[in-house]
Amino acid sequence: MAASAETGPARPIHPLFAFLLAADVPLFLGGLLSDLAYGRTAEPQWANFAAWLIAGAMVFTGLALLWAFIALLLARPRWGWVLLCFVLLLATFALGLVDNLHHARDAWAIMPAAPILSGITSLVALLAAAVGLSTIRTGNRT
Amino acid sequence: MARTHRDACLLLALLLAACGDRARLPLAAGIGPTPTLPPPVATLIPTVKVAKAVHWPAGATPVAAPGLRVEAFATGLDHPRWLAVLPNGDVLVAETNAPVRPRDNPGLKGWFFKMFQKKAGGGVPSANRITLLRDADGDGVAETRTVFLAGLTSPFGMQLSGGTLYVADTDAVLAFPYRGGETRIAVPGRKVVDLPAGPINHHWTKNLLATPDGTHLFVAIGSNSNVGDNGIPAETERARIWLVDAATGAHRPFATGLRNPVGLAFEPETGALWTAVNERDEIGSDLVPDYMTSVRDGGFYGWPFSYYGPHVEARIRPADRRPDLVAAAIAPDYALGAHTASLGLAFGPAPALGPIYARGAFVGQHGSWNRDPPSGYKVIFVPFAGGRPAGPPVDILTGFLTADGKSMGRPVGVAVDRSGALLVADDVGNTVWRVTAAR
Repeated sequence: MAASAETGPARPIHPLFAFLLAADVPLFLGGLLSDLAYGRTAEPQWANFAAWLIAGAMVFTGLALLWAFIALLLARPRWGWVLLCFVLLLATFALGLVDNLHHARDAWAIMPAAPILSGITSLVALLAAAVGLSTIRTGNRT
Repeated sequence: MARTHRDACLLLALLLAACGDRARLPLAAGIGPTPTLPPPVATLIPTVKVAKAVHWPAGATPVAAPGLRVEAFATGLDHPRWLAVLPNGDVLVAETNAPVRPRDNPGLKGWFFKMFQKKAGGGVPSANRITLLRDADGDGVAETRTVFLAGLTSPFGMQLSGGTLYVADTDAVLAFPYRGGETRIAVPGRKVVDLPAGPINHHWTKNLLATPDGTHLFVAIGSNSNVGDNGIPAETERARIWLVDAATGAHRPFATGLRNPVGLAFEPETGALWTAVNERDEIGSDLVPDYMTSVRDGGFYGWPFSYYGPHVEARIRPADRRPDLVAAAIAPDYALGAHTASLGLAFGPAPALGPIYARGAFVGQHGSWNRDPPSGYKVIFVPFAGGRPAGPPVDILTGFLTADGKSMGRPVGVAVDRSGALLVADDVGNTVWRVTAAR
């Protein structure tokens, strides 16, 4: 399978994978902004928004992770870059999970860690998307 | 990359380690006048140990303490939660459940909580009625059952006082005329006073108790969240006991800072008001013990700012903390165990159980979800002397859980019936149990 791909023409990243790679970034960022708003106002609805936004981000992160895992199995050249993207997605997923669980705490107990966690997660998600969008192809260049 | 891998493994290990908030103390450490209060525990993964509701197999009953026996007084009810005994021996049972609450737990966690509630046997529409059970031949089994009052709004507390039956719906206290012997009331009730309800209405059960002279009602109103999670403004007039003028509806807070006061009863020797209160969750399996306490006029009992007097709640935003209130917070009289959900409260004597249960309080413990291993799921008796608790509790009814931790029933309301037997409402087993001395 890899052999035929190597001889084929260069193909752009699959648009659905591109979407999955990018989709979690604004959601994690939205979570971060909601956390900051909660920190300023103590209005619980901001914490609820953050929890839902991060949960939504996790759905896309999970799907992107699955896709990257399959890409990792199929990739031959540039394997290292694909691996880096996969690892970054895995880190995003792990951090997002911790962030999500942290948001299950009551009231002010989520502060001040919530925006810190959401910020780190957003940053790693951004890195994963940047690496993924610049390196991964479903077909391989020769 | 290898390091990243190692870090990921470490993270996973941490996650797994974080799952296991098990109780470090025996349950008894959180029982009595001076419970042990360890430091709060914050785990990444919340402690959720929900007992799946499986109902009683045919003919099965809870286990009565040695010397006692238990029989079903009435079965096939729809979430029977609370009980009241009328002077002619008729028993009123509130078949009730939570009202529609669009804004309770709007977060992601709330979504999970609703699933847990379903598993635990809650989360179904409320029957919204009070049913009258009559055991005319005195054999310990109610042979007639009538719909006494229908069309209520998540009713809970019920009490007859001077020819008036007071009912605490979740959003109002209603008064109905009762002459005696009726099996249903058809006339509409008079609204005495509106109660805090609204779209969140987290602790929705409202209990009431008339003062002996019948002029006033104590009304217990639970908090609107675990620990102020819905914001401090959502807690207006919540987590307190009101003293309501039964004629005019005028009211004032009698005691505050009571997170979820449910059981209300007068201690017979002193005449003091006592309440059974559910304390806060999610700071570990050993915190915070539920309690019962005598209630002082004007007293503040801590919630949400502290528990058991000076133990400050860290989950409150620093700007919202109230050291002034914490300094004045009263430590409750008697802890009933962490997460036991001690709801039902009735004082003896209960002559049909025998003389050892003459002085003391029966407590219905609905059972935990936030403790590993589970606690509660039983009815206990706390002996009293001189109007104060005097000794460790003894089990009255146990055996509500299966060996693998599923709940066949959950005890809630307790009441002593006219014959001196103890009645227990079981809202998962859909049964009212009757406990007497073994023959």
